[in-house]
Amino acid sequence: MRSVEKLSGLNQGKRALVIDIYSNDSMRRRLQDLGLIKGTEVSCVQKSPMGDPVAYLIRGAVIALRHEDSSCVQIECCEV
Amino acid sequence: MGLNKDSMGMNAVDMGLVIKKAHDSDRVIALGGNPNVGKSTVFNELTGLRQHTGNWPGKTVTNAQGNCTYKNTGYVIVDLPGCYSLMAHSTEEEVARDFICFGRADAVVIVCDATCLERSLNLVLQTMEITRNVVVCVNLIDEAKKKKIKIDLQAISEKLGVPVIGTAARSKKGLDDLMDAVSLTIQDGGRRPLKIRYPEYIETGISKIEPLIKETCDCVVDSRWLSLMLLHWDRDMHSFIGRNIEESFFTNKNIVQALSEIKNEFTSRGITERQIQDDIVSAIVHTAEDICKDTISFENKNYKNKDSKIDRILTGKWTAFPIMILALLGVFWLTITGANYPSQVISDFLFWIEAQLLVFFGWMNAPQFLTEMLILGVYRVLAWVVSVMLPPMAIFFPLFTLLEDVGFLPRVAFNLDKCFKKCCACGKQALTMCMGFGCNAAGIIGCRIIDSPRERLIAIITNNFVPCNGRFPTLIAIISMFFVGSAIGGGASVLSAVLLTAVIVLGIFMTFVASKLLSKTILKGVPSSFTLELPPYRKPQIGKVIIRSIFDRTLFVLGRAIAVAAPAGLVIWLMANVHIGDMTLLAHCSGFLDPFARLIGLDGVILFAFILGFPANEIVIPIIIMAYMAKGSILELDNLSVLKQLLVDNGWTPITAISVMLFSLMHWPCSTALLTIKKETQSLKWTVVSMLVPTVIGIGTCFVFTTVARLIGGIKIL
Repeated sequence: MRSVEKLSGLNQGKRALVIDIYSNDSMRRRLQDLGLIKGTEVSCVQKSPMGDPVAYLIRGAVIALRHEDSSCVQIECCEV
Repeated sequence: MGLNKDSMGMNAVDMGLVIKKAHDSDRVIALGGNPNVGKSTVFNELTGLRQHTGNWPGKTVTNAQGNCTYKNTGYVIVDLPGCYSLMAHSTEEEVARDFICFGRADAVVIVCDATCLERSLNLVLQTMEITRNVVVCVNLIDEAKKKKIKIDLQAISEKLGVPVIGTAARSKKGLDDLMDAVSLTIQDGGRRPLKIRYPEYIETGISKIEPLIKETCDCVVDSRWLSLMLLHWDRDMHSFIGRNIEESFFTNKNIVQALSEIKNEFTSRGITERQIQDDIVSAIVHTAEDICKDTISFENKNYKNKDSKIDRILTGKWTAFPIMILALLGVFWLTITGANYPSQVISDFLFWIEAQLLVFFGWMNAPQFLTEMLILGVYRVLAWVVSVMLPPMAIFFPLFTLLEDVGFLPRVAFNLDKCFKKCCACGKQALTMCMGFGCNAAGIIGCRIIDSPRERLIAIITNNFVPCNGRFPTLIAIISMFFVGSAIGGGASVLSAVLLTAVIVLGIFMTFVASKLLSKTILKGVPSSFTLELPPYRKPQIGKVIIRSIFDRTLFVLGRAIAVAAPAGLVIWLMANVHIGDMTLLAHCSGFLDPFARLIGLDGVILFAFILGFPANEIVIPIIIMAYMAKGSILELDNLSVLKQLLVDNGWTPITAISVMLFSLMHWPCSTALLTIKKETQSLKWTVVSMLVPTVIGIGTCFVFTTVARLIGGIKIL
């Protein structure tokens, strides 16, 4: 099953592919600079103790994003 | 904690970048790269300088430069702040971008992280569009090996068309190869670096604009790159390129016309600005992907497992906060325990010297007032500063640097971010606060890593709530005198550490309160977006850390304190000995301040000491002691219990002690910090605000505490 979701909804340990980024311009660019573009694989590696932000593995680097920002990234979950 | 003698105090004030060549023939090399890939380490190893290094992204926020000679050629090496791309818009990244684009460097070395090479290549590819003379330095190659990542450097070099050199800068490996490649690159500029292929419509656009640019100006930058920039033009790019290229270029009829034609065509085909940007970025990212596809292999797919196991503990739901508190506690406990003994030894030694000096002056038949002025005034304050301040600093600095080296600080920012978000501030503020522990001026400069100007101002204004190194020993001394004096042995230092941690936690809490207050009043706004990289954990270089911290940081800070303490000692002595009417000048001043000081639980002398301590907080306690001693009760102050007696004789109670600690935690920033704020914010208004916020909060807190404590005390007596 494939489903379209927000990155913020990705559970710890799960992987997904990026479909699009809907953030404001500067954040979009920042994420793109980190290599987060359409088709990039991301996985959710670690939630912070208070649940926000969450750390994601993006092209070999661990990047923490706040809920507001990760919910602007649309993803397609990979099959387990 | 970007702290060493170049980043603390006045040297922290950035004077802009002027290339300093030793000889005219010197070549300029720019050192760029993603944040936290070891650029500063490469820089240090090449130049022999001691730019501060640490395992967190963004610690180099200004351009540093140094010289080196390799095979009879002189080089000026410029260490740029880390950046992910040349198209982004943050303050620190602009510094790097400006220099790569317009700094006229003879060669640009892009330092990459071998464990994360694909992403680093984005920057390499973008740089190659601007200049041919690029050398790729794949650093941390030893770490990649450990993680079983195999990299075919030769193949990557062939694909890129520029030299690719593997280095392990921490163990000085590969740096000669790097310099060989650099000098070769500078000598023959005839390389053909890989060009990125963009989608057809962009290539067509470039082919229309590029000839016009070549006609119009012979600018330093690559014409193909400039065309590309013009195609996805926006306001920020204009202000950036506009600063460096003649204005006539932008008003050139041919270019303006061609550009509007192309843009019209794009619009008619339904191509939005956003799509142009997306397509450009995708082309770069995909090129990097292609290059890495069959040149890098991960033999151990789970190489991140160890890090994520540690992360699960350090940032785990139930473990994160206890561990952070324990880490603070541990650092303080080691500092206090470790400092006790040397402190005593140093103080014994320095006061023995004082006795010898007195004898010597007596033998010289020096006039009485000169002897007293120099020895009881200047020397004694110096001796106090050294014996009280030096040991805690010498222990705290390296301990903290170790935490920094390992990569713990970004995790602290990660854990605390939600609190900052609630205060409408940025999680990276936690990093700047950590720097503040060493030196507030350095912490304030560090605020450049925060992109949003509003959040950056909040971080700057509240940085002072973290007690710097100059205030630590004050807190430690008071805690050990008044609150653990009765406890014995190991229990005493644990108790001191707990109390000190409590004071620091209060400071952190006040940071949140003040941040929230600012976000709701004069710096209104919503929390902005940010990304925080959690770097891999690295084994700290213990030996190096200890040596560097002591020589670079401790001795520097101490030097500054002494430079301030000597004249302050003189001033205090003069004031205590110059009589106006039947009272000394000191008595006049402290008497004047006394009524107000009493309201907030201090006395005139203490408040006066804080005012005199404006240039350096380290001298507050020594001044208080001097002032009390000058009042008549001259004692042999050879240990803390005698010192406590002196304070008690002068009316100190536990309430006074707590008030002094509170006021030390929250009062005006020192002069260096304020100068730095002025320089960083370019605004007198925000400098004044930065001075008022902690001062008002501090006075308020002390007043409330004293009043309540006195009331309770009053009730008890009744």
